[in-house]
Amino acid sequence: MGANNNRLKDKIFQYWGMTCTIMGLVLLAVFIGNIIVEGIGRIDWAFLTNLPSRRPGKAGIYTAMMGSVWILFLTASIAFPLGVASAIYLEEYGTKSRLNNILEINISNLAGVPSIIYGLLGLEVFVRIFGLGGSVLAGAMTLSLLILPIIIVATREAIKAVPKSIKEASFAMGATKWQTIWNQILPSSFGGILTGVILALSRAVGEAAPLIVVGALAYVPFAPSTPMDEFTVMPIQIFNWVSRPQHGFSVNASAAIIVLLAITFLMNGIAVYFRNKWQKKVKW
Amino acid sequence: MELSQENIDPTKKIKLQANNIDVFYSHFKALKNINLSMYENSVTAFIGPSGCGKSTFLRLFNRMNDYVEGFSMNGDILVDGKNIYDDKLIIEDLRKEIGMVFQKPNPFPKSIFDNVAYGLKIQGIKDKAFIEERVITSLKQVALFDEVKDDLNKSALALSGGQQQRVCIARTLAVEPSVILMDEPTSALDPIATAKIEELVFELKENYTIVMVTHNMQQASRVSDYTAFFYMGEMIEVGKTKNIFTKPEHERTENYITGRFG
Repeated sequence: MGANNNRLKDKIFQYWGMTCTIMGLVLLAVFIGNIIVEGIGRIDWAFLTNLPSRRPGKAGIYTAMMGSVWILFLTASIAFPLGVASAIYLEEYGTKSRLNNILEINISNLAGVPSIIYGLLGLEVFVRIFGLGGSVLAGAMTLSLLILPIIIVATREAIKAVPKSIKEASFAMGATKWQTIWNQILPSSFGGILTGVILALSRAVGEAAPLIVVGALAYVPFAPSTPMDEFTVMPIQIFNWVSRPQHGFSVNASAAIIVLLAITFLMNGIAVYFRNKWQKKVKW
Repeated sequence: MELSQENIDPTKKIKLQANNIDVFYSHFKALKNINLSMYENSVTAFIGPSGCGKSTFLRLFNRMNDYVEGFSMNGDILVDGKNIYDDKLIIEDLRKEIGMVFQKPNPFPKSIFDNVAYGLKIQGIKDKAFIEERVITSLKQVALFDEVKDDLNKSALALSGGQQQRVCIARTLAVEPSVILMDEPTSALDPIATAKIEELVFELKENYTIVMVTHNMQQASRVSDYTAFFYMGEMIEVGKTKNIFTKPEHERTENYITGRFG
């Protein structure tokens, strides 16, 4: 009868696992459903292109959306080269020295630091010491710090997945380390690197706390036109609308959440697409 | 006992030479006082059980052990009489002179053409006509050109294992080295592909000095001119292949080649 008993346990666990999975999905579905019911009717061209306003019916997310686009663009241009270069150093050049050990441990630690702490760091270093003020650039630099560890970890994993035999073959052909990295390692791992970067950026797009600390404003009348301009981003706009008493603003918040979700899903979709495309191309 | 084989073939020119080589991986002594010379335009086979140090020894000649953590060595490795562990030596130049073929075919995830052209491109050669000429010549040398001439832009990973290994050999030949190191080049291949590679080795020795690690006793006896037997980090015996396989001097060598252990 022992075998029957084990099979029963097997079944019980299977259903328990299924329930847990479904629970997560149901919660997400209810949340998204709620938001969509409340906000979908509010989304139209005017909502996307209007400036913020005191009257909920006239308010739009243009400045917040453009702020997010600026943040995204600047953060990517700062964090991508820094993160990939650090990962290459740690993975390919870094020997097992004490300094590198400390670096590695700290990078893993950084990934666990609450985002608001990055905001405080950004406020002190970028806003005050560098004198950047509450600019898009200061915000992007702060978010770059936030996602740097994620990019580094993802890039290292992607680089590690390149077979040692390929590296050896390249070295044995008389290639230098840099030639091997540029010609073999990076092309083979680029899909993984890109996936990591896009996922990290989609996290950055959803951040509000560190940007509030750095000085992003709740009300900005114009979209930024240079990196030194004041800005706001969508999560902050949503936060601002949610905390207003009028019902119209909570509808606006729902509509803005839908737009933000759409952007994040789109980015994740692109990440998945690249991962699949590269995995098909590079096969050992 | 003196293990150097200066007297095996005094008429031939020595291409590679190892003098008093000790190799350590951290505290483990992987090779113990090896002295061995290899002659130009000949095939030298290293045989011995797994872990005896023959691959480690082979990889000394293109300095591939440099990447192994904890690696250190004593003694001199000479190529054409020059010490390749000299501080002034540029390692990339050495590897253009001494090519290597690995155990498992390891073509790059690129086209057949780009695989064979890789060595030339990293040397900074831009002359397209020259590169194309070298690629075609090299593929002809490994008897692969007729099989792949219409597919040069296809991925090398789409080829069979034996073809992949020949691409790897062609890739090595394209930069015109004088020595080819082969680390069990046929261990991942079927008998037919193996026979083709062996045939190729036989032809290549006209122009190259070949050193080959093999687990296959028949292979050593078929393709090599000289054979060195390694056991537990020591070189037990070296000599002309036909002597090693017909009348080995050491009991251990005899036991190994007759299959009594290994």
